[in-house]
Amino acid sequence: MATVRVQSEDFDAGREAAALAAGRRDVGAVVSFVGYCRDEGGTLAALELEHYPGMAEAEMASVAAEAEARWPLLGVTAIHRYGRIAPGEQIVLVAVAASHRGEAFAAAEMLMDYLKTRAPFWKRAHLADGTVGQWVEAKASDDASAARWGAARR
Amino acid sequence: MKLIYFAWVRERVGKREEELDIPPEVATVADLVAWLSGRGEGYAYAFEKPATVRAALDKTHVRPSAPIAGAKEIAFFPPMTGG
Repeated sequence: MATVRVQSEDFDAGREAAALAAGRRDVGAVVSFVGYCRDEGGTLAALELEHYPGMAEAEMASVAAEAEARWPLLGVTAIHRYGRIAPGEQIVLVAVAASHRGEAFAAAEMLMDYLKTRAPFWKRAHLADGTVGQWVEAKASDDASAARWGAARR
Repeated sequence: MKLIYFAWVRERVGKREEELDIPPEVATVADLVAWLSGRGEGYAYAFEKPATVRAALDKTHVRPSAPIAGAKEIAFFPPMTGG
């Protein structure tokens, strides 16, 4: 059963990854991915992340369940933040435990690809010059990455 | 039916959510988009390119052909950009 959290506060990525293996003897691999807010060459002051409460958690849980159905995983944690996030801050975490690294790497990558195209979050740029920039546009390359796993396009 | 809007769809429509009585001939998500587009400039702007707006019925992604009967809540939003 995956752990899914949608929250405005930061998270401790190291502690989340360690928790997946703590007290177990069957875990052989933990893969974790952290997505950060970058400053886009100094032009970005912050990202504002809007989300659909309820659906965000449900989609993340559904994506995690698909990964668990596909690989023999021993634990999945997915955390996504919302609100104002400054460059250098963490936005998203996926961490996966498995017996072997192959499925842990693959599941972590699939989880991120699916989260980007299915979890209802939207980013808007706040620019370093003080203006509110555009909503970030979805990338066709993200749809292509998700499609690699055999997902129907949403 | 409760309608909820997110990101630039919300900004263009000019409200976060609303409760609307949908006429019975509005059967699908695509019908609803067409009906909403006739309700005013903001709606028409939000849905000017219907293919760029996604929908969820009761917090589940749906395609434009999905029937809306029985849904409590429908959300419209741009393609997602989380992660």
